[in-house]
Amino acid sequence: MKSTGKITGAQALIRSLEMEGVEVMFGLPGGAILPVYDPLIDSSIRHILVRHEQGAGHMASGYAHATGRPGVAMVTSGPAATNIVTPLADAYLDSVPMVVITGQVAYASIGTDAFQECDTVGITMPVTKHNWLVTDASDIPTIIREAFHVATTGRPGPVLVDFPKDVANQMMDWYWPDGVDMPGYKPTTKGHPKQVKDAAKLVVSAKRPVIYAGGGILKARAAEALKAFAELTGIPVVTTLMARGAFPDKHELCLGMPGMHGNYTAITALQQSDLLITLGARFDDRVTGKVGAFAPDAKIIHVDIDPAEQGKVRRPDVPIVGDCKQVIEELIKATKAEIAKHPQADISEWLATVRQWQVDFPLYYEQEEGGTLKPQFVIEKLRENTPEDCILASGVGQHQMWASQHWSFNLPYTWINSGGLGTMGYAVPAAIGAKVGRPDRMVWAVDGDGCFQMTAQELVTAAAEKIPVKIAILNNAYLGMVRQWQELFYEERYSEVYLSPDLPDYVKWAEAMGCVGLRCDNADDVVATIEKANAITDRPVVIDFRTDYREKVYPMVAAGTSNDDVILHPALNGKKEASRKGGAAEQAESTDQSNKER
Amino acid sequence: MSFNARHHILSVLVENKAGVLTRVAALFSRRAFNIVSLAVSPTEDERFSRMTIVVDADASPLEQIVKQLNKLIPVIKISEIAHDEGVEREMMLLTVKAPVESRSQVTDLSSIFDAKIVDVGFEALTMMVVGAPDKLDAFSDLIRPFGIVEMQRTGRIAMPKLARQPTKLRAVKTARG
Repeated sequence: MKSTGKITGAQALIRSLEMEGVEVMFGLPGGAILPVYDPLIDSSIRHILVRHEQGAGHMASGYAHATGRPGVAMVTSGPAATNIVTPLADAYLDSVPMVVITGQVAYASIGTDAFQECDTVGITMPVTKHNWLVTDASDIPTIIREAFHVATTGRPGPVLVDFPKDVANQMMDWYWPDGVDMPGYKPTTKGHPKQVKDAAKLVVSAKRPVIYAGGGILKARAAEALKAFAELTGIPVVTTLMARGAFPDKHELCLGMPGMHGNYTAITALQQSDLLITLGARFDDRVTGKVGAFAPDAKIIHVDIDPAEQGKVRRPDVPIVGDCKQVIEELIKATKAEIAKHPQADISEWLATVRQWQVDFPLYYEQEEGGTLKPQFVIEKLRENTPEDCILASGVGQHQMWASQHWSFNLPYTWINSGGLGTMGYAVPAAIGAKVGRPDRMVWAVDGDGCFQMTAQELVTAAAEKIPVKIAILNNAYLGMVRQWQELFYEERYSEVYLSPDLPDYVKWAEAMGCVGLRCDNADDVVATIEKANAITDRPVVIDFRTDYREKVYPMVAAGTSNDDVILHPALNGKKEASRKGGAAEQAESTDQSNKER
Repeated sequence: MSFNARHHILSVLVENKAGVLTRVAALFSRRAFNIVSLAVSPTEDERFSRMTIVVDADASPLEQIVKQLNKLIPVIKISEIAHDEGVEREMMLLTVKAPVESRSQVTDLSSIFDAKIVDVGFEALTMMVVGAPDKLDAFSDLIRPFGIVEMQRTGRIAMPKLARQPTKLRAVKTARG
């Protein structure tokens, strides 16, 4: 540690952020954080002034997803702090590294119900990996160092530093700590060698193995290692909603997304597998369906950096606590060693079965000539008319599921969405954050009309800051996913889901926010409209795609039911019956038996 | 508070910093775990505090509790003290009706339990009992008919039993074997 003279707490905070390599932060000033905004003028850090604090949080999250670096947001106390609670909860569930700084009333006033005071540390405790209340300016460099360390190591996550106004004005002797001293925080990164060896033994002997790849692959920068492992063993890979892009969709071993709206092959491959090689995934209820009926015959290898994920939902046969990249690299070595002793079990029959499902039960929709525009068609055309490395953000709902299903993800860090918390309104600010982090990339957001109305004002931020994101609203005039559930499970009793296709007028709204607004209501114009949007590079573009409100997301596993009961697109139902009676009879029988055993 | 198979004693070493108790308590409520009793105090090392938490849980949720607790950054170390491997103590203060007619019976009973009389009034006595939780249970059951005015218990604290190795005997055995 070296000391270099007295500075204010506010200056120390900004200097600490610079020391951490922060290049950009998202925020909105206010009373309690005022002292920190002053030295920011002289800093190398770019500040992006948002229109609502929630936007700052999701932008930081989008930035972190796209770059792998922690997203930083700074807002004031009270309502600003509560406005950023949603992004914190979102980042906590999706393990996104974020550092949020909130202003706080003077330390001496804490507890007096002062103006814009709230218990930020108390409120955010359950939605952050850790948080700090700074009580002394001399602690600032240490706390900021710790905050970035905690946010980015182990299982990443959001952290919050609450910063009282008087501490910002207090003088301190500047220093920069050499490292962190946190006796209670020592993440395990290296997998236990014996466990890795046991895992390799299971890998080489499994007859129906599947790699169940989750968001942890991306957090650990392990996409290359995953590919090497899959290619070494020839084992097919499913990529969860959080792992889209972690393994290329066009790879012959890629089965795509499993889960409630996953494709039939991915769901059924997990379900009928005898070994799930779980890499950075957490057996989320959206993936497992009814837990007791999930993958009944499968042994489980579970690689996760968070020990608390081991056995939380499904007890693993081989738990491995460690960093996905390191563990997969070790697992590759161990698997090679096992294969050298005796050849890997023949999985060609399993692969053939899986391939047949892909042929028989593809994702399905029908865009009729001259008929109402189908949302899936828009996404397919968008994919065909954007570069391979285009980053796609989405909100939450039907459009999110269609985007994940119909977009072909072939590079890691090209998919940004809210998985765990399911935060409507995530797309616009997340896309902006991603574009700030990767200005070299084209960034599109696929959004729903319901989602768009929640955070659209951040397009003002994007226009003012010249952040040319592109937004495709799949406008079906409904809260579509809720409508789908009401149609299927509430006897078509539609309660409070209608939004109207033209209130607001999305084109006028976009124009008012400094964007280009476009509209498209038929399949013939989709490509031309996308091309027009792609040609605009100096400001944001919003396209109002008027899509078919009757379209539903298929396949579907209804909440709380088993993954054996996949509801296919009605046009494919006949096929499933035929296949059940025919070739798959044997498989079905063995599944029935194991069901009885349970 | 007597023996219950679902009750597990966790001895948790934490950093002695502001807000740590809130973090631990919040985690229990966030994950829907139940605390039976909780005692917090400084340790021989001023940087750390010791929390003795009695948790009401089956074995499998207990594993989750421990893992989630371990994720809290101020938590340094967690050990479970099994009922037969630890020394558990708790203190109880209770005020019992003791008019002249029954006062001697109350004091007799309290002396059997080594209870100390710490305050005396015209109609009541306040007593302190220290011991294993089941001793406290027994005492409160027996004294209840006299009329308990108020009762408070501290929650238990626990330490692992010391390993008592009969070194001489072992030496003899080794020599023979």
